[in-house]
This record gives sequence, C-alpha cells and structure tokens, in this order.
Amino acid sequence: MRKSYRKILVIGSGPIKIGEAAEFDYSGSQALKALREEGIKSVIMNPNVATVQTTHTMADRVYLLPLRREFAEKVILEEKPDGVMFGFGGQSALNLGYDMYKSGFLKKHGVDILGTHMEGINDALSRSAFHRLMEKRGIPVPPSGSAKNMKEALRKAKEIGYPVMMRVSFNLGGRGSFVAGSEEKLAPELDRAFAQSKVSEVLIEKYLDGWKELEYEIVRDADGNSAAVACLENLDPMGVHTGESTVVAPQQTLDNQEYQEMRSVAIRVAEAIGLVGECNVQFALDMRSRQYYVIETNPRMSRSSALASKVTGYPIAYVSAKIALGYRIYEIRNSVSKATNAFFEPSLDYITVKVPRWDLGKFERVDQGLSSEMKSIGEVMAIGRSFIEALDKAVGMLDIGEQGLCSGRMWDSGIGRKEALKAMRERKPYWFLYAAKAFKEGASVDDVWKASKVDKFFLKQIFDRVKLADQGWKKSGNFAIKRIDTLAGEAPADANYLYTTSEAIKSDIEPSEGKKLLILGAGCFRIGVSVEFDYSAVNLAAYAKKHFSEVSMLNYNPETVSTDWNVVDRLYFDSIATQTVSSILEKGRGDAQVAVFAAGQIGNSISSGLAGAGVKLFGHSYAAIDACEDRNRFSAMLERLGVSQPEWASATSRKEIMRFAESVGFPILVRPSYVLSGSAMSIANNLEELERCVRNAARLSAKHPVILSRYIGNSIEAEMDCVTDGKGVYGITLQHVEEAGVHSGDSTMFTPNGLGKGAYSKMKGTALALSNELGSKGPFNIQFVVEKEVPKVIELNMRCSRSMPFSSKSVGKDIMNVAVDAIASGLGRNGFYEPHHASYAVKSPQFSWTQLRGAYPALGPEMRSTGESAALGSSFDDALLKSWIGVQPNFIAPKGSVAILYSKNPGAEIILAAEKLSKWFDVKTISDGDLQPFEAISQDRAVELMRLHKVGITVTEGSHIGFDYKVRRGSVDLNVPLVLNGRLGLALAAAMERKGFVTESLECLEMGRYWEGRQKAGSGNKRNIQ
Amino acid sequence: MPKAHLYLKDGSEFVGDVFGAPADAVGELVFTTAMNGYNESFTDPSYRGQILVMTHPMVGNYGVPKPSYLKGILRNFESEKPTIEGLVVSTLTEDSKWNSAENLDAWLERHGVIGIQGVDTRELTIRIREHGSMNAVISARKLSMKRLNELFSWEYGSADLVGKASTDRIIDYGGRGKRLVVFDYGLKHGILENLYSRGFHIIRVPAWTRAEAALSYNPDGIVLTNGPGNPALLGSNAKEVAALLEYGLPTLGICLGHQLVSMALGMDVRKMKFGHRAINKPVIDLKLKKAYITTHNHGYALYSVESGSKVKARFVSPDDGIVEGLEGTNRKLLTTQFHPEARPGTNDALFIFDEFAGMV
Repeated sequence: MRKSYRKILVIGSGPIKIGEAAEFDYSGSQALKALREEGIKSVIMNPNVATVQTTHTMADRVYLLPLRREFAEKVILEEKPDGVMFGFGGQSALNLGYDMYKSGFLKKHGVDILGTHMEGINDALSRSAFHRLMEKRGIPVPPSGSAKNMKEALRKAKEIGYPVMMRVSFNLGGRGSFVAGSEEKLAPELDRAFAQSKVSEVLIEKYLDGWKELEYEIVRDADGNSAAVACLENLDPMGVHTGESTVVAPQQTLDNQEYQEMRSVAIRVAEAIGLVGECNVQFALDMRSRQYYVIETNPRMSRSSALASKVTGYPIAYVSAKIALGYRIYEIRNSVSKATNAFFEPSLDYITVKVPRWDLGKFERVDQGLSSEMKSIGEVMAIGRSFIEALDKAVGMLDIGEQGLCSGRMWDSGIGRKEALKAMRERKPYWFLYAAKAFKEGASVDDVWKASKVDKFFLKQIFDRVKLADQGWKKSGNFAIKRIDTLAGEAPADANYLYTTSEAIKSDIEPSEGKKLLILGAGCFRIGVSVEFDYSAVNLAAYAKKHFSEVSMLNYNPETVSTDWNVVDRLYFDSIATQTVSSILEKGRGDAQVAVFAAGQIGNSISSGLAGAGVKLFGHSYAAIDACEDRNRFSAMLERLGVSQPEWASATSRKEIMRFAESVGFPILVRPSYVLSGSAMSIANNLEELERCVRNAARLSAKHPVILSRYIGNSIEAEMDCVTDGKGVYGITLQHVEEAGVHSGDSTMFTPNGLGKGAYSKMKGTALALSNELGSKGPFNIQFVVEKEVPKVIELNMRCSRSMPFSSKSVGKDIMNVAVDAIASGLGRNGFYEPHHASYAVKSPQFSWTQLRGAYPALGPEMRSTGESAALGSSFDDALLKSWIGVQPNFIAPKGSVAILYSKNPGAEIILAAEKLSKWFDVKTISDGDLQPFEAISQDRAVELMRLHKVGITVTEGSHIGFDYKVRRGSVDLNVPLVLNGRLGLALAAAMERKGFVTESLECLEMGRYWEGRQKAGSGNKRNIQ
Repeated sequence: MPKAHLYLKDGSEFVGDVFGAPADAVGELVFTTAMNGYNESFTDPSYRGQILVMTHPMVGNYGVPKPSYLKGILRNFESEKPTIEGLVVSTLTEDSKWNSAENLDAWLERHGVIGIQGVDTRELTIRIREHGSMNAVISARKLSMKRLNELFSWEYGSADLVGKASTDRIIDYGGRGKRLVVFDYGLKHGILENLYSRGFHIIRVPAWTRAEAALSYNPDGIVLTNGPGNPALLGSNAKEVAALLEYGLPTLGICLGHQLVSMALGMDVRKMKFGHRAINKPVIDLKLKKAYITTHNHGYALYSVESGSKVKARFVSPDDGIVEGLEGTNRKLLTTQFHPEARPGTNDALFIFDEFAGMV
C-alpha cells in the first residue's frame, strides 16, 4: 500500500561545478513535476539561484540556502515536510542526506527519506563496503583493496601490482582519483586524496588498461521490478573519467550474450543495494574476451541518467520520483508514447553521441590531458541516423571553431600524422579530431587504435568517412525531421521530441499553422555560459505561450531543463546553426519568429546569418545587436550620446599598441581577438607585461586586432539587467563587491546598490538614452565602471545576461516575463523604472579549482568560475554570508581556527579584514606577503596546517603565480575556503563580525517572504557595504 | 554499389544498395525493434516467410561469430542458417570484433539471403504500423509488374512455413535425466539449451508427430515450441496437442506452442495488426505479482481467457492486455506467448524453465 504524503522537501545540488551541472536542475525539476501531479506540496532547497527548479512555477516553496545540515534542519522545522528526497541533487545532496540520516534528526521529526535507503546508499558509495557486498553476491569486481592511511595504501598497491587506479569514496566527478604507474607517483596523490575524502578511505584497484567502459541505467521499484533504460558505451578507454569520455548510445559493439549478462548483473547490483529509484552501474569489459568487472554504482540521479533520459526519451528522474512515492514501475505511464507504461526498455532507431566540452585554455598551469578526474565544463549531444552523422554534428555543436570531422581548423592545420597520434596518446581533448587528421595524413586504423585505445569499430567508421572526404564526398541534400518516441516507431508518440537527419527521406511531423516562436537555447555550457541561460530560455518559453500558438526550442545540451520535451510544444534537439534553423522553418508553415536572446553569445553570433536568410527575429533587431557588438560603431554611438567610456583603441601593429600605452599610461586591459587557446584577456601593469600579452596574441592583423583599454582600478563596477521596448526601460541595478578588473562573472554582486545618487542617476539615464537610440525591443545588460562618481560604459549586450535569474529573484518578478510583454505589447511606461527592493540579495561565484588539477586560483579579467550561489536576506550581511557559504567548500570555521591572510601589495581592505577576523580566528600571515602584526609562517607550514584541518579560511588578493602558488593550490586541494579579493575579504569579515561568527544567527526564510512589501512605491533604496 | 529495390504490396517502392546475395525475395514485411542480437534473430525459424526490417539504424557491428555448440545445440544462433527471407537496414556496417568470423554481408551472401541498405527504415516501420504487416519483395534489379504480381501472389497466411522450419527426423540428445518430447514447429536452439542445461533428456520430434507416437517415448513432460506462420493452418497439430493434454503430462508451450494449447482448449487465436516483435516488452506475472522485460515475436495472439476454463491467464501485457501466458488450473501446464529463452533478449524469464523443471 502506498503511503500518501502531504509535503516533500527536495534537495538540489548547489552551484554548478565541474562534475555537478545542470543535470540536477533537470532531475530536480522532474521530481517537482511528479510531486505536483500527485497533489503533494513541494519544498526545494538549493542556493543555485540560476536554476529553473528554484522558482514558484516549479516548487511551492523555495529556499535559496546553503546545502548544510544547520540550514536544512531549520527548513524542516519551518516547513514540517513528511518526506525528503536526497536523490535528485547529485553527490552534494546525498552527502547532506547521509549527514542528516546519521544525526537522527529526520527520524525524530518524522520525516521519511524517500527512495533508496541510506544504508544501501552507504554500501554503494563506500568503496570497501561496495566491494565486500559485490564479492558476497558473486559479482566480479577488479582486484582491489581499501586503505585508511598512506602506509596501508602503498602495501595494497604493491600486492595488486602497478599500474593501479586509486579511487576515493563519497566524491563527485572522480575527484582525487588517479592512475599511478609506480609508488613514487602514487604517494603524493594519496596525500591529496586523504585530505579530500569525507571518510578518509581510498581504494587501490587494478588498472584495467585499454578496457572498454560501459554504463547501464537501471530503474527499480520497491517490489524489485527492474528495467535497464539504457546502456551507454564510452569510446575513451578505462582510466578516462566517464564525464570526460565521448559516449555513444545505445551501445554499438556488444552482442546479445554480453549485453544481457551485464544487464542481469547490473540489476543484481541494484538489488544488492536495495535500490528504489534509479542507479547507474559501470562496467569494464575486456575488448579481447568476455571478461568484465563491475566498477561502481551511483544510486541517484546523475549526469549519465540525465543523458540517458535525453538519449532515450525516457524520463528517468520523473519515473524515479514516482517510484520513491511508492508506485510500481508498470503503474507509471510512458509520458512520451502515452499509450504504453513506464515498464519497458526503450528501443532507439537513431544513434546519439555525447562529447564533453573543455575550457582548459583559461587556466594557468592546469593539466591538459584527460584522466580519471573530470575537468570538462559542459557537454553536447548529437542525434543522427548513424554514428558518423551524429559525431560530425557533435563536432560543430562544441563551438570550438571546428565545423565537422573533415573540415575546420584541425583538418586544415599543419599537424602531421605523428603529432596527431602523439596527441591521442597524451589524451588531449577531442581525440576524434586528431583521429580524422591522422587518417588524413595516412595513419591506419591500427595506428590510431594503438594511440587511442578506442574500439576499432568506431575508428573504422571515422576512417571510412575520411576516405570519402578525400574523394570529395558531400553530405546528401536530404533533410528530414524525425521523432524520438522510445519505441523505435512501434507505437505513435504524443511528445514532439525531434531531431533532423540527412539520412532519411520523410519527416515524421506535419507542418503546422499559426503564430509560432522558435527559441534558441545556449548550447553547451562552458566558462561564461551556464544554467543561467537555460533558466531564461525555459522561462521565455513559458511566458511566450500567451502570445504564440506554438512555442518550440532548439538546443543540444542534454543536461538541461530546456531540452525537456515537456517544456515546449516542439523540442528540436539539434545544432544551433543558420542552416538548421532555416530548414526547420522551411518545413513548417504559418508565421514563425525566432528568439535568439536567451542563447547567449551564440544567439548574437548567428543573428547575422538568420537576418541574411530573412528570418524574423523576436526581440532585438539584427541592426541593434550589431550596433553594440561592433566595438567601433558602439563607441561612436556613445560619443554621439555624450556617454563616458574608458579610453580604448583597436591596435593592429606593435607601434599602435605602444602609442596607446604612452597616451593613457598603465595599467592597460588587453584583449587579443585571435588566440590559439582560451581567450587570454589580461591586465598589463607595465611595458614588460604588455609585451607578453601581445605575444600571446597568435595573429596580429587588420582582421585580428588587439583591443586595448585603460584599466580603471580602485573603482566600483556595476551593471544593469534591463528590458526595453525602445521607449522605456525596466532595470535592476547590480553592484559588484570586487573592483573593476575582476570579470563580472567572477564577481560578488548585490542589490539594492549602494552607489552615490549622482552615479546611479547617470547610469539610469545612459541605459534609457541607449535604448531610445537603438529603438530595439528586448532584454539587455549594460556594464559600468564608476570612477569618482562618473559611470563609464564598459559594454552593452543585447541579450540575456548571466545575472538575470538573480535579478529576477531579487525582486520577485521574472525578467523574461517583462521581456515578452515588452516585445509583444510594450512596457507601458516611458523613462527608467527600477522596482523596489524589499530586501537584500547577494550572488557569489563558485569556482572549480579543486577539479582543475594544478590550475592557479586567481581572479582577473578572464572569467574562470563555473557556477554561482545566491541568497536573500533582511540585511546585506545575512545575504552575503549565506550566499558565500552556499559556495563549496565555504563555511564559518569554529572559534580559534587558523585564518591565513597575506598579500604581496596589501591594500587597506585586507589589513582591516585581518583585524576583524582576529577576533575569532587565529590569524597567521605568509612570509614575503605578510600583514603586520600577525605571525608570519612559511607556505609549507600553512599547507601543513591545512592538512591537519586547522585552517578555516585563506584570504589574499592579486595574482602572483611565482609567489604563492603553493598556498593557493594547498587551499583548494585541501578544501579550505579561499577568498581571492581584498574587498570581498573585508565585506565577509565585517559581516561575520556583526553576525557573531556563527551560522546559527543567519535567517532561513522562504524566498517569497523577501519580496513582501515590494509593491511600495519608489526605487533605488540603498546602503553602503562594510 | 548496385541498387536494390524494395517493393511493398501497397505499391510503394524504396531504393537502396544491395548486399548479401542478389536473389529476389518475397515475404511478409515485419520489423523488430531489438537493437542487437541480430545473429540470433536472423536464424530464428519463426521469421520464416518474413522480410525483416531492423529499426535500429546500424546493423552488422560485431560481425557474425563462428557457431558454438553444446552437444549439437547451438549457443549463439537459433538455428543453423539464416531463416529470414530478406533484410532491410539503414546502414550496414563491418565488424571489428575479436570473435567475429565474417561480416554480416558475407554471411548472408553465403546463405543466399538478400539485403537492402540505405533505406529510411523508420518511415518503413511507421508504414507497417499504420497499414499492418504486408507482403514485400526485395530485388537486386528493377522488376516488371508481371514479375512483381507473380511474386506478390505468394501469401504468408496460407504458406506451410512450419513444414519448412521443423526438423524432419527425430533427434535424441541423450542423457540420463527426465525425458522430454519436444515438438519442433521451428524451434529455437535457445529452448533446447535451456532444457538441456537443466538436465533433461531431450527427444526432438517433427511438428507432425502424432500424440501416440510422442507418448511411445514414455516422456515425463512435453514441450511445444515456437514456430512460424499462421496458426489457423495448424488445426490438426492443435488436435494432437488436445490429445496430449488429455494425458496430463507436464507441458510447456512457448509462442506458437502457447497458441496451439489455446486452440486445443477451444480458445480463439487471432491475427494482430502488426504484432509484437521486440525484446523490450513488459509482461506481468499475475501469480508472482512481478513484472519482467521479455522477448516477443508473434503476429497472432490470444486476447482473453474465459473464466471457468481449465486454464487461467498467468501472464498479461500491461500495454494491450494480450494474454501472454497460461497456467493450468489443476493440471501441470505452463505456456508463454513470449520467449523465456530470449536470445536475443533479457534473462528475466529464464525462471520459466526452472518452474517447468519443478513440474516434471
């Protein structure tokens, strides 16, 4: 008998970091949808403000709070739910769940944990418990041994024999795992690992060199009914993290016996841990025999379960939520076919290829090779009627300047056969580009296999395509739109989950009439493009429904909510390219418009092509977009309107660069327009640094100039998230804690702003004047640097910004809602209007330094954060601290912990911060960067204290890779909260001091509570920080 | 590559590239949604008289292995040779697997089976779904109307396919265990292997064996296997089954075997619009209150069981309510419309053989 629940708390996954991205927004949103369908009240707790799940359209109650026990307990006391779901928020939520289960708090308050029992989860996540359980059940696992200390680990490794794979329990994204060929390589890694694991245990495992990795996704209900929803085949061999691997689904190389034997074992694994819901089970398979091992299981929603959902059309998270509520699988409907039930195994009549997206070029000293640790930031999924069609599409989707396997930069480069093979041996990202290149340069399938260890079946496919390309092969002119229906055409489908193919003749869908909108999504995540854009796309779709008879989405990121086929009338899971858009529109009828502004920079980039193809844009005109993208035209417009801007120049020669430096002096912000990797924006403080910056620019020509601008230090940076209808402007002003020079995506932002009246009023005037001049309709973001009360425009982006979800939630009105109305019917008022801020809101960046092995943690003009956390509060201090603690691994350490503060050129802020922190912490400083009068210690000593878990916080500023690499790297490797800016350090120290240095003093209120009183007239209420 | 033509009875034509043997083929056009296990599918005698469309777009990836035998029973094929009349795929691939003996193309050519690739198989599948299974012809050349009409005059519903598929001699697999007479209507070796590995002494007899002849072996149990074609043509076989059932020997019926038992008990087996041909289908076990993912390959079905009859429905499909298996109310009888031996398919229903072994 099913228990009926009244109210359920769902835990999210927190800010986006490498290893935990939007897949948990998708799975959490699916769970909330399942709850709503059942008439159960839902509560979501997640500090990630940019998620779709943290809105009242998804959840009844929203708490933007850090995923820590003290906050979760307060939420439970406040909301009194009768159940809680930890399985939809990744490892972060599970860790919190295990913590709460152990403490007995949930039991005491009568809150059921829904889904798999915590003991089962413990069995799955503790490496040693899992191995014992598998061995007991006769399930093959690789020879291994667990160890609780260095000595034991080295002994076990010797017994098993090198090379070994070291793995760490309770971790995400493979953090701390490593392949070691010798004891000398293993020992330092063990050091790092023991510092990280929640339970201080590592597993030493036989390294299965060159084996194939496979992943089954299993759903299982409380009666034990089980189905394998998908089997994903990793192309990269064992040793490359599955998040780093190119993945093909459905699997392509297993025969019936292999497939079914491992499927049965996967179900037995699920049974062994008492799974109620969904898990993945990873296998290693020898490519020369039928031998296989079970590697691990994740008893929760994961990146692979989100991928498997998009691969198959089977909504795993939704079904899991229903199972957690007590349904049997066959009592749940197949939401795609509507005709059949959820107890089946999807059959696919197409092939999908997932490729990760890396952004390693943005980080100094980071390891470039792929390994057992995850470093990719995002992923793309391409769908085709063959492996090659899908892979070729995926290459274009990556947006790395490559058009396809057999065209683009790599194909045309001077890289030779040997070099390409070497890159594959070193596991450089995007091996398939090197493979195609190697084949072009005469390598054999065997050569590439030896270098890459990718199954020859796939290599042969690439080889054949390269040979065809050499013969001048061209893609067929066919274009068909096919539907994904979970049953390979066997039964009619209700959902419009679609892809395009040139390997078919007939489309599944009929042209439709009416007023239609096609929304472009943001594609794959990378640094600077993340779930914020997905939030905008999904909300845009929701609000657009009142103006359009049919709303469609075009996107290809499998992690996201925007690629949930239930969000729109039609989902096109395909390339965001002019050709694709035009073809889709051609297949339709009626009056169709395309919205590009939620797609981030991709949208603006293709707007020119779309305009050229005669596509009607919803929102900003191409002319307006281009007027702001073209640096020269934009600057001229500012001059014409009498708006200040920092001095700048576009230089095409060394002489011009020097002339500009002479005229404005240092420091100078340098942005080359063409670089080999990353985008290398930097600040030059002197002539020598300027020379270095210019050398980084790979080409310097009229086509590829260097943009130079005067860097305005000691200033305030602020921006406005706006909507205009060409006459009036609706805007939210965000002030940055950090000074200009720190990329806006890496800044701590807050509302209401504390700017001087003169500056604020000038900014409003500027936003309005520019809007009126451009006469365009839609959302935009404008950035200012305020120097001595004079705001200067840095840039204007005629599209959604990263901060718009935050702006929206700071006042309780969605900017996409305002935008749709402004475009469709106007704002209804002239002038600049900022709504009243009834409380304080702060947003903090989340960095993934830990995952980026070796990278030097520093702030600068180049964005490096991967996600964000935010909080609302009745005071700035309250909002700031909650927002900051929402970022992992931040927390306020116990009294007497060590705080390390130092700076090469200490500003007033960091000195003041040290004074304030010394009232709670034992402040120490670093020799050669020391702050008086605190005790100076060496960097080695500092790292040693960190290793002993004695350090509660590190605060520093600037960027001096030659000086403090050790202490910064030590902090992130050893999970010590790291503050990289003096102003932020002081704001935090002051807030902590006023809040008594304890988390307990912080509020835990529902998001809507902070909007009460927002109707009050007036705008621009403000305060000063510090 | 030479062009191949696929003609459908409804007048439509698909053009692709030919592979396998360039011989004209006619058959009932059916599709399977199984994504692998093609070497098992293509040798399943239940596909006799049928041209098979693979909905999964890449076929041939792991090649065709060398046959592996256990006491004369095949372990990686369901019979000695391909049984399909023709094959339709989107993309034919070449193997690179360690245990592949030859490419699918070469294997089909060796056995005289034609294939066509480069076809929009999804479009074809949807057509079959909407119009029902229909006859089709594959040819390596463009056919005249006359030749087409000649070929199309063949009818699946009236062809004696069991006669072609069944063994024509008695095969004794030996052993010391309990004795089973296995009626071969076009059996899959997967059934034999599962019985053999449970210690049974198998005596495999032709489909047209009389009840008395079967009983003369002194069997401890009877197995009625799968097979191709229209069960309505098998009235006399059903009579023999009825006679056998009178003796009350433990009986297992699989697929066609299940249909013959239904007919023997006076129930109505009807043609379905396009059948169940997949390895991903749920059945619910009404007795054990569990659900399994099972392999299906049938174009005919039993839709209901009258209450008060000698049998009751044991398994049903939660999707369309079709009776997927029977159990005797007070006799040792177990039938499944699905394939417990799978091949290709999951191992979820292997317990059926254990349950049957327990009955004998």
